[in-house]
Amino acid sequence: MSAPLLELRRITKSYAGVHALRGVDFDLQPGEVHALLGENGAGKSTLIRVVTGAHQPDRGSIAIAGQRVTHLTPSAAQQLGVACIYQQPALFPDLTVAENIALRLEPSTGLRLVHWSARRERARSLLARIGASISPETEVRALSMPEQQLVEIACALGAGARIVIMDEPTASLTQKEQHLLFAVVRDLRASGVGVIYISHRLDEIFALADRVTVLRDGESVGTSPVGEINEAGLIRMMVGREVTQIYPPAETEPGDTVLSLKGVGSSACPVHDVTFDVRAGEVFGLAGLVGAGRTELARILFGLTPADRGEIRLNGQPVTLRSPQEAVAHGIAYVPEDRRRHGVVLEMPIAQNMSMAVHRRIFPGTWLRFGTERRHALDFIRDLAVKAYGPDAPGGSLSGGNQQKVSLARWLATKPKLLILDEPTQGVDVGAKSEIHKIVRRLAKQGLAVLLISSDLPEVLGMSDRIGIMRGGTMAAVLPGKADAQEVMALALGTAK
Amino acid sequence: MNRYFRELSVAGALGLLLAMLAVVAPAFYQPQPLLSLATREAPTLVVACGMALVIICRQIDISVGSQFSVCSVGAGLLAAHGWPAGLVLLASVSIGALLGAFNGVLVAGLRLPSIVVTLATLVSLRQGLNLVRQGEFVNLPDGLQWFGLSQTDGQWTLVAFALGLLLVFAVALRYLSAGRFVYAVGTDTEAARLAGINPQRVTFAVFVLMGALTGLAAMMNIIQSPQVQPLSGNGLELKVIAAVVVGGVAISGGRGSVWGMFAGLLLLACVSPTLTHLHIEAYWEKAIQGAIILLAVVADGLRSRKENR
Repeated sequence: MSAPLLELRRITKSYAGVHALRGVDFDLQPGEVHALLGENGAGKSTLIRVVTGAHQPDRGSIAIAGQRVTHLTPSAAQQLGVACIYQQPALFPDLTVAENIALRLEPSTGLRLVHWSARRERARSLLARIGASISPETEVRALSMPEQQLVEIACALGAGARIVIMDEPTASLTQKEQHLLFAVVRDLRASGVGVIYISHRLDEIFALADRVTVLRDGESVGTSPVGEINEAGLIRMMVGREVTQIYPPAETEPGDTVLSLKGVGSSACPVHDVTFDVRAGEVFGLAGLVGAGRTELARILFGLTPADRGEIRLNGQPVTLRSPQEAVAHGIAYVPEDRRRHGVVLEMPIAQNMSMAVHRRIFPGTWLRFGTERRHALDFIRDLAVKAYGPDAPGGSLSGGNQQKVSLARWLATKPKLLILDEPTQGVDVGAKSEIHKIVRRLAKQGLAVLLISSDLPEVLGMSDRIGIMRGGTMAAVLPGKADAQEVMALALGTAK
Repeated sequence: MNRYFRELSVAGALGLLLAMLAVVAPAFYQPQPLLSLATREAPTLVVACGMALVIICRQIDISVGSQFSVCSVGAGLLAAHGWPAGLVLLASVSIGALLGAFNGVLVAGLRLPSIVVTLATLVSLRQGLNLVRQGEFVNLPDGLQWFGLSQTDGQWTLVAFALGLLLVFAVALRYLSAGRFVYAVGTDTEAARLAGINPQRVTFAVFVLMGALTGLAAMMNIIQSPQVQPLSGNGLELKVIAAVVVGGVAISGGRGSVWGMFAGLLLLACVSPTLTHLHIEAYWEKAIQGAIILLAVVADGLRSRKENR
């Protein structure tokens, strides 16, 4: 038996206190397609970054083609035959296909005469090998996403890659293009190349892969030949976990409907035909995989993207939301996902961050009043238990969890009726997470309608009174809060009957 | 105090320079030459206030020199046609505001990069002016110089006015919502939008203000001499941007203050008279100014690298 192409043993990696990978074992045999499965945040991306040398594991060993490798760098990984094709192809749009392939494959030596015809020929032959009908002279900008992916695969072939990693390759492909891609993958397998195939589409995994490994919360739950497991079994591996976190329970019955959507969609984004409602005092969880359209829906509700189809009603009245100002005027608040870029201005003191959205209300007249602003901030700092040395502390000096609280305070100051939270506890430590959950429950009890977007399945299940699962830009189903994790995942994946 | 370190270090450098001059060349501190220097630099200070705002807003306006020339010539011609001084002033500010609005529409409305837009207006305004005037000077009526005051009174008025305007801007940036919004938009346009601010409106307003201030400065300049030189605005943008950058306003936006700009402007302005009083050849002026600017930019670069790690 030949040595495995890739062997990872006990790989452990942490970022900023979060354990992304915990002692993961993984191996790839020559001539196999090994699928990697796991929900958002399970550790797939981190594992791939370790294999491509982008990040060094804190602990664990990597062996490529039987040789131990210490301190793998991206260029070393490329030399050893590792190639990764990402969802977003990293090609240069202003250059031609031939130029891109040459850039990737030719060693950079500075002063060398360029043999254009040789480059063209090489590009042509590589593209022909994978059956892609793309002219090497085309500018990459003019290629569609799937065509760009094929160029990336051609580069990988040209580089003599033995380990090809594909990250959600069929996400934006038509049926026909998928078949082409599958044929390419099968060809690669036949020539002895090992493919690590990351995908959420269970049907693809069953059609293409030889083995599948499931990651969950940074650990490898298990590896199985594809023939020995079924969909239900895979889903069970993805979501089955010990419930260790206690979530604050709902204490009040929900009241009147605050937000009601019927057939809402926008031509500017993938969201279409969304129908659901949120009531006062209720936490409505919005679950789904990355790319399902949850943040896009939030942006529609906050007036950042226009909804040109369907009807949105607030407290029974139809509304058009053309800008964030209008949304705020209607009582909608949106706490953005990217806390460091959009949620908090890192340079500004906390007090200024917190008052940012409510100048007109708390500062009567023309002038800002620092005293008022300070008191306003101190109230929120106390209410939300923000840990900082004072209201003058710059936003950037706070931990993630406390920054999130500042971002939340900014919007609570607008006294909203509907609060949209986009991944509020992402990258937040356990203690602050729990505090934020308690705050959310308290706000709901005070009568706020809360739309909670989260990729953390236990959080969605634990916090929500009802759960809406989005998939492919629309609402796949709405379930009561005490839903089954596997059912939610199945709906998110699209495998439920 | 870490927050104001950058501004304080410029002020410190200025203080050191002034202290050194007091010891080595006390002749520097004669009132009349200093007043003349201050008066010559007063229009620059006014334009620099506007430029500080533009750069804090993460934009740039390199057309101010050409705007200045156009406003100077325009105001001069109106004065020569007998318009009263007050109306001429209003006209100069309005012309400037209009030119600024043109930049503003292209940058804020069409979302074009400000460097490209203001480069285009720089060139077209300057060439347009050349075509129309052929480099001719404009002779101003007698009553216009110093607004009819004596030279010394006129000088004090201009300097006091420029300092007053600086104070107004310092207060506005700190104590008005609009000031906060300029900082927010300069940090991240999308973040500002998400916070309920209208970044397009803020950006447009900043460019209009820049133009208006340039028109104001042009007026302050033409009353200092009996003729208007159409080339008077050349190089203004470099002077002003240098002062702003040395003063600690980050080119990447969202950071800095007009006080810092003031210290930077003074520092750069003092280089030339310092050389004179130390009997060093004048051609070192540009080199030393360049070195100061380079030092400032490198210091800022190192600082942001340290922060981003």
